[in-house]
Amino acid sequence: MTIPQQETLAEGWVSQRVGRRSRVLLRLRSKAVIGFLMCLPLLVLIVGLIVYPFFYSIYLAMLNKRETQFVWFDNFRFLTTMDTFWLVVRTSFLFTFTAVFFKALLGFILALVIHTVPVRGQRIWRGVALVPWVMPLALSTLGWWWIFEPTHSALDWILVQLGVGPKPWLSQPFWARFSTILVNVWYGTPFFMIMYLAGLKSIPLELFESAAIDGASGVQRLRFITLPMLRNIIAITMLFSTIVTFANFDIVRVLTRGGPRDTTNLFGTYSFRLGIETGDVPLGAAVALVMFPILAVSAFFILRGVRRSVV
Amino acid sequence: MIRSLKTRRQVTLLACYGVIAVFMVFFLFPPYWMALTSFKTNQEIESLKGIPFLIQEGVTLNHYRDLFTKTDYLIYFRNTVFVSVLVTVVSLTISVLAAYSLSRLGFVGAGVLGTGVFLTYLIPDTLLFIPLFKIIGWLGLLNSKWSLLLVFPTAIVPFCTWILIGYFASIPHELDEAALVDGANHFQMLILIFLPVALPGLVAATLFAFTISWAGFLYPMAFIFSGEEQVLTAGTVTSLIRGDVYHWGSLMAAALLACLPPVLLYVFLMDYYISGLTAGATKA
Repeated sequence: MTIPQQETLAEGWVSQRVGRRSRVLLRLRSKAVIGFLMCLPLLVLIVGLIVYPFFYSIYLAMLNKRETQFVWFDNFRFLTTMDTFWLVVRTSFLFTFTAVFFKALLGFILALVIHTVPVRGQRIWRGVALVPWVMPLALSTLGWWWIFEPTHSALDWILVQLGVGPKPWLSQPFWARFSTILVNVWYGTPFFMIMYLAGLKSIPLELFESAAIDGASGVQRLRFITLPMLRNIIAITMLFSTIVTFANFDIVRVLTRGGPRDTTNLFGTYSFRLGIETGDVPLGAAVALVMFPILAVSAFFILRGVRRSVV
Repeated sequence: MIRSLKTRRQVTLLACYGVIAVFMVFFLFPPYWMALTSFKTNQEIESLKGIPFLIQEGVTLNHYRDLFTKTDYLIYFRNTVFVSVLVTVVSLTISVLAAYSLSRLGFVGAGVLGTGVFLTYLIPDTLLFIPLFKIIGWLGLLNSKWSLLLVFPTAIVPFCTWILIGYFASIPHELDEAALVDGANHFQMLILIFLPVALPGLVAATLFAFTISWAGFLYPMAFIFSGEEQVLTAGTVTSLIRGDVYHWGSLMAAALLACLPPVLLYVFLMDYYISGLTAGATKA
């Protein structure tokens, strides 16, 4: 209930200053002031809890471990000498690109098949498919952890029935990476499907009809109509997912805690390990900040894509 | 010719249903497996005989009872409800005011702020949790659920503002002109015209705010370490896993039960959720 008060205050302030100028001007001015006041909580939040922490994080990353001395870029220089850090960089890129690729591919296939079946059923399939995305990730990953459990693994049981031996899902670097990526694909594919399905629905049917009359095959229609029409939405969705996947914390933390031997650590989990668990706050902040350039590049392209889709 | 077209259509459909079935099994297997484990007796969980995908030795609710009587689960649940509801109310208030202002009341720098909102909503929590850890420490809020009230909106408010701007922008300008002629002020216009017209957007934003704060994991992991203040996600992962002997039954019961509120909300409000999801990424 503070808003009407603020409004009259603002109007009073404006009318004092403007005096007896035209009413149009007063209306405009007051509109701008009210507009600013209504954005004030948002501004305080963004400046206080995002912009300020960001710059503080840069400062923090330039302190020594006990935070008593300013050491410029020593932490970053130290990171480049650490084998573990480079392992984290490689794992993060591998994790992100593999997971985003499979999410995009599987999401596209799923969107296409759901789009093909009768409209009646589409709602149900779409609804059920989104369940992995709706479950809190840390908790569903706990379910996966149990699926991967060495002696009671549900997956191993199936593999044994098929005549393939059990796999070291979480204890060997290759399989541990495979498992973390699998969980990420499970979690993220529904989001891609929803985005692509919305895109598919927006393609005018006449395009397909005229192509069919011209004798275009299914593959040709996909290649020359569907993909070009969805180009923008595919690009935006993949970039979005790149950011979220790159910065993932929940899956690795619950499933492997970065192990075995740091082979599944991502920027997020490694920075948590250093900054929170071992108490080297500056080094943890430095690791997290290394993500920033990659996130910024993705954000730049998303912004461009979103603007273009509006025009 | 017509006949062959028809059979071809049927073959295509059959193949599509086959693919859908494979995906559905993939998507629903983990929750199914969690539910199954939570209802199995300990002997059956431990047993390596028989088919693990069925309950053969009877259903038990013991794991759920243990959860409520022997662990801090109910405290976590209460804390999570408290945090999620409060964060949703605060975030929605901030977002609605800002979205109205940014979509209707231009002021110097409004365009820049709009872009800023979009960019901040792209910032993941793993980028800033360490400086926030320090800031929460200065404020004396470490190991308090109130810290989450401060940090959860950093992800939620930009997102909600962004989707609400999209919904507000689609309201025709004639409507506010009519209201202004009738002498309504901006506050009345927002409450009486914008919110009812943009109700689907408001529902979607509320849903997102609630589910994002319910699922928040990194911040409670980093800021909260005592059972009294902990929330469901971090509490289930850290304190219900004790020692080398895992209580798989209770653990799965805990995880599944904690998933239930967001999933139920989604089941009932699916269409709002989906329209919000697509709007969040594309509408400007």
